[in-house]
Amino acid sequence: MFYPLAGKLVPWFAVSSAILFAVGMYLGFVVAPTDATQGEFYRIIYIHVPASILSMFLYLVMAGYAALGLVFNTRLSSMMASAMAPTGALFAFIALWTGALWGKPMWGTWWVWDARLTSELILLFLYLGFISLHASIDDPRRADRASALLAIVGSVNVPIIYFSVKWWNTLHQGSTIKFTGTSMQITMQHAMFTMLAACWLYAVAVVLSRVRSIILERERHTKWVAELPEVAL
Amino acid sequence: MKPRQKRLVYIVIALAAVGLAVGLVLNALKDNVSLYFTPTQVYNKEAPIDRSFRIGGLVEKGSMKREGDGLTVHFVITDLKKSLPVVYKGILPDLFKEGKGVVAQGKMEADGVMHASEVLAKHDENYMPPEAADALKKAKSVQ
Repeated sequence: MFYPLAGKLVPWFAVSSAILFAVGMYLGFVVAPTDATQGEFYRIIYIHVPASILSMFLYLVMAGYAALGLVFNTRLSSMMASAMAPTGALFAFIALWTGALWGKPMWGTWWVWDARLTSELILLFLYLGFISLHASIDDPRRADRASALLAIVGSVNVPIIYFSVKWWNTLHQGSTIKFTGTSMQITMQHAMFTMLAACWLYAVAVVLSRVRSIILERERHTKWVAELPEVAL
Repeated sequence: MKPRQKRLVYIVIALAAVGLAVGLVLNALKDNVSLYFTPTQVYNKEAPIDRSFRIGGLVEKGSMKREGDGLTVHFVITDLKKSLPVVYKGILPDLFKEGKGVVAQGKMEADGVMHASEVLAKHDENYMPPEAADALKKAKSVQ
């Protein structure tokens, strides 16, 4: 059964995430050198970039789980999808927020309606729409199906975000981390990838513990939940 | 077909249809989605000269001049093929530099100069420490 396994895994992911956060922050804010043109301001990328990557990737995984739930009628995958939505929304919000903080001193504006920023904002609204649509339907199985449809249709937006800086003229710069190589100094890269790993582990830990609560809530009438030691007490 | 396969096919078809629709819409709106026009596009009369629009490119080296009031700035935006003079009164962002990317919003006046109401700096995707940047500059000036 998935529930006790997830329970065992959560602390491991949480602890390793906390360690990597500490290491990544140290590398990013103390060890990594200053940027030639942006000075110290650039250090916000150590939060901005991992948050943006995760906000997009979590959406694809969420849509994948939602589609699995829709096709195979499995309850657990739908629960996984609804467990991922709040974390994805959080990362999308952090990406937009840190981006605005960086944009003010660097570009000279908090916000422009360029393709990258706008499509990331749409991503945040898709997450919020998924959460509220799911919450607005009382029967959880019907809610799963309706919100799965929204998640699947919305996944069209993710490649638009990723390629927006290539397809159109945008104020947002092109990708630094590419499949062909990275235009970034090596210590900066280490810090960046450490932070990315930390955010990944954080997301896994939070999603697993949230899906445990969702399982308990939805299966509260079953025999195995009633027999759980923490519930029986 | 089993109902589960049927659902899978429906989802794939729906996703392909939505993707196609969005693709066509974005293709049709291409000019509106782009944040700015290049100087070449302005010369080819693709930009809306009669109303406010954004123009983007590099600040031409040696083109930046400040007026006596310390606020009004003249510079030239270039895409290395065509260039266009801009005048702007206000505070420039930190990253604004000659030879670096810039996006200016304003109207073309009869004198052929863009009177900008907003100037934004555009950063590139390269991150490097100051020493590395200096080394790069030296290597370039030797060439």
